[in-house]
Amino acid sequence: MPDTTLTSDPSHDRPSGGSYDDAAGFYTLGEPLVDPKAPEGPIDQRWQQRKFDARLVNPANRRKLDVIIVGTGLAGGSAAATLGEAGYNVKSFCYQDSPRRAHSIAAQGGINAAKNYKEDGDSVHRLFYDTVKGGDYRSRESNVYRLAEVSTNIIDQCVAQGVPFAREYGGLLDNRSFGGVQVSRTFYARGQTGQQLLIGAYQAMERQVKAGTVTEYTRHEMLEVIVVDGRARGIIARDLVTGEVETHTADVVVLASGGYGNVFYLSTNAMGSNVTAAWRAHRKGAYMANPCYTQIHPTCIPVSGSHQSKLTLMSESLRNDGRIWVPKNKSDADKDPRDIPEEDRDYYLERIYPSFGNLVPRDIASRAAKYQCDDGKGVGPEVDGVRRGVYLDFAAAIERLGRDAVESKYGNLFDMYARITGENPYEVPMRIYPAVHYVMGGLWVDYDLQSSIPGLFVTGEANFSDHGANRLGASALMQGLADGYFVLPHTIRDYLADGPFEEVPADHPAVVEAEKSVQDRIDHFLGVNGTRSVDSYHRELGNIMWEYCGMERSEDGLKKAIDLIRTLKDDFYRNVKVLGAADTLNQSLEKAGRVADFFELGELMCIDALNRRESCGGHFRAESQTEDGEALRHDDEFAYVSAWEWAGEDELPVLHKEDLVYTAIEMKQRSYK
Amino acid sequence: MKLTLKIWRQPDASAKGAMRTYELDDVSPDMSFLEMLDVLNEELNEQGEEPIAFDSDCREGICGMCSLMINGDAHGPEVTTTCQLHMRSFSDGDTITIEPWRAAAFPVVKDLVVDRSAFDRIIQQGGYVSVNTGAAPEAHSVQVPKDAADRAFDVATCIGCGACVAACPNGSASLFVGAKITHLGELPQGQAERDGRVVDMVAQHDHEGFGGCTNIGACTAACPKEIPLDVISQLNKDLRSSMMRGR
Repeated sequence: MPDTTLTSDPSHDRPSGGSYDDAAGFYTLGEPLVDPKAPEGPIDQRWQQRKFDARLVNPANRRKLDVIIVGTGLAGGSAAATLGEAGYNVKSFCYQDSPRRAHSIAAQGGINAAKNYKEDGDSVHRLFYDTVKGGDYRSRESNVYRLAEVSTNIIDQCVAQGVPFAREYGGLLDNRSFGGVQVSRTFYARGQTGQQLLIGAYQAMERQVKAGTVTEYTRHEMLEVIVVDGRARGIIARDLVTGEVETHTADVVVLASGGYGNVFYLSTNAMGSNVTAAWRAHRKGAYMANPCYTQIHPTCIPVSGSHQSKLTLMSESLRNDGRIWVPKNKSDADKDPRDIPEEDRDYYLERIYPSFGNLVPRDIASRAAKYQCDDGKGVGPEVDGVRRGVYLDFAAAIERLGRDAVESKYGNLFDMYARITGENPYEVPMRIYPAVHYVMGGLWVDYDLQSSIPGLFVTGEANFSDHGANRLGASALMQGLADGYFVLPHTIRDYLADGPFEEVPADHPAVVEAEKSVQDRIDHFLGVNGTRSVDSYHRELGNIMWEYCGMERSEDGLKKAIDLIRTLKDDFYRNVKVLGAADTLNQSLEKAGRVADFFELGELMCIDALNRRESCGGHFRAESQTEDGEALRHDDEFAYVSAWEWAGEDELPVLHKEDLVYTAIEMKQRSYK
Repeated sequence: MKLTLKIWRQPDASAKGAMRTYELDDVSPDMSFLEMLDVLNEELNEQGEEPIAFDSDCREGICGMCSLMINGDAHGPEVTTTCQLHMRSFSDGDTITIEPWRAAAFPVVKDLVVDRSAFDRIIQQGGYVSVNTGAAPEAHSVQVPKDAADRAFDVATCIGCGACVAACPNGSASLFVGAKITHLGELPQGQAERDGRVVDMVAQHDHEGFGGCTNIGACTAACPKEIPLDVISQLNKDLRSSMMRGR
């Protein structure tokens, strides 16, 4: 454990030339971090060099090496397939009933790759540049370059697997531009690209199941990491059907367990997406980096009632033709919007941002919608006293372009909207509201994707490295597959070259301790026998997170949130009601463990957000904005990754800063002018 | 809305199950069917009765995890997944019967949850193109006619939910198998293994205890992704031609 020093007295007066530290008193400062594996030299040669330097494992020795992979999405499924093909002994775990259901399946838009098939000026360097810039210069340069570099291989691989990408009439692959990017580099399979890519990875993995190199454990949830002599050597998993707590040891463990957006309760994530695998690893020594970075999408279908379980994203392309407005008079909230005359409508984006209008960047559009609703001007059903929705009106577009043209552009989105809301968006304006969509934070990893626990690798959305403070459209799928197919298989072999490691006996103290901690938690939740359901706590936690650590954060709000979370968490442990037994399928018990981890994560997210007194990407600090309300970054103070170390129960977390150094790219301030 | 719900309760795979009746008030037409069950579960939890186990995950119609026979229809009265079925499809005062998928090859795990791992085992028998990572040729080295790519996409949209099996009086998974055979069969990349794939996948299908297809068409009518019935013709055609070639 590195030396730690307590931060200065929580004084808010900004010393001249110094910096605020709103989070003082909530953490201790640890030693700075460096990424020890980042290769030196020209950026376009770093990955080639690292692959060459990574030691090899003889094919005959690979089958003696056991690899555990948690999660079967694009990152985990592709890694299981590839490591299985290489001949390692892979055990793959997922909580769903089949690996094919991982939440990567829901990604719609597409996957970027620097193929330059359109000869429109794209290149590896340009994809790298766009990604670093899009992430507001808070991602790691070497990692992002590598991502852009292997992107072309991803498309080749997926096409060879039979992924039915869109084609042109000549039989070649089609591309489109996505998310405001000026080149056409996005490959897509209608609006279901994630599904098709995931099925490709799943099929490749099932092929290895048949070949005997991959064993799949479905309906299993990882609940603990086994760390022996400082190395990750296995996991404790619960068989969700029988309830059996199982020990699985291995030479190396890979977490590909996705993101934690469900800390907000309502999000576009799948219901089961959770933070437990990452959080249990964090408690065992893996640093959690940039946890406060959350991506919020402005065009989701609003909440319809307090029963709401999740939110559905609609494509942001709707803003190209839809006009966003709210009634000027709060009393019009219930009126049929078609009966509200022009002069009583406030097209607030067009009014406040005349040059961008309805196409302002997504963080501005999201915040502006929330302000309107918080101000009592929202529309749609009143949920918990507030109407959370603004109109997205296509009436003008239909008049200008004709209904057929609008239908051909957005028909599937309109159908989806109609199915969910029961309203016809060709007749009545759509209602939209922002929603949590993706998290850019995650477990800290080095260039090799290894966490701060040797032998514990982290890929895909579960790690932090590639997206910075914001994620460009069509880049999450790219990262998942890059990590699983092309990066991890190379870096992990360098680690495995030292294996096989000495066998871990079932009665090893580290195993016994991990098993016991899992069992104790299960026993605790079943034994409380309180009065409130797990979901009710999760909902309340989600409200706190959304209100104070969502689209806009302030010092006061975050401090209040930390208080509220601590109080609620305390009540949760004393008053939660989990029925049923441990030795059977028990969905309340599963949720209880996940919500317990969300409490701890939620608190850390608030502390991280407090510390970062700047606005960047999906992190908007009210104290750091330009006069026009734009996000204001402070590169001089915050060009670092915040990597948090768990110091123990009731101890302050330890902040390790990793400075972000850009050699191939120049940091520039964002501007929407 | 006020509803009477008749729901299959079964504590585990070996226990005997039975229908139980529950009354639920204040159901909003905007709720999804699964959110309605969430609300019922909150009430049950409150009353000290163990909540009803059912599968769901993405709740946006793509992961294929949700199931449920609703009034005898797979995924209920609309052509969609259960998570995208909304209570406005029902009326105040309705009685709704909710059961797990019905098929010998999908054994009940608990309440409304069934085991669909037979689908994974069918895919393991050849539902893929054998290409190791890194061994792929440049993507543009093989052209795929747009029609073929579109057709492949249309049938590749199968979400593996199992509604086709649950709807089929024979408990056949021919639509599921046919969709994969057709997806890979439409593409040049899928040709090398075409013969073996169909033989092995059909053998596994039968081994798992799925029934034979008698062209009733209930599968395609229930399919939330509208996989067309002619994928089964393609399956049969591929099976015949592979046998003629001695596989």
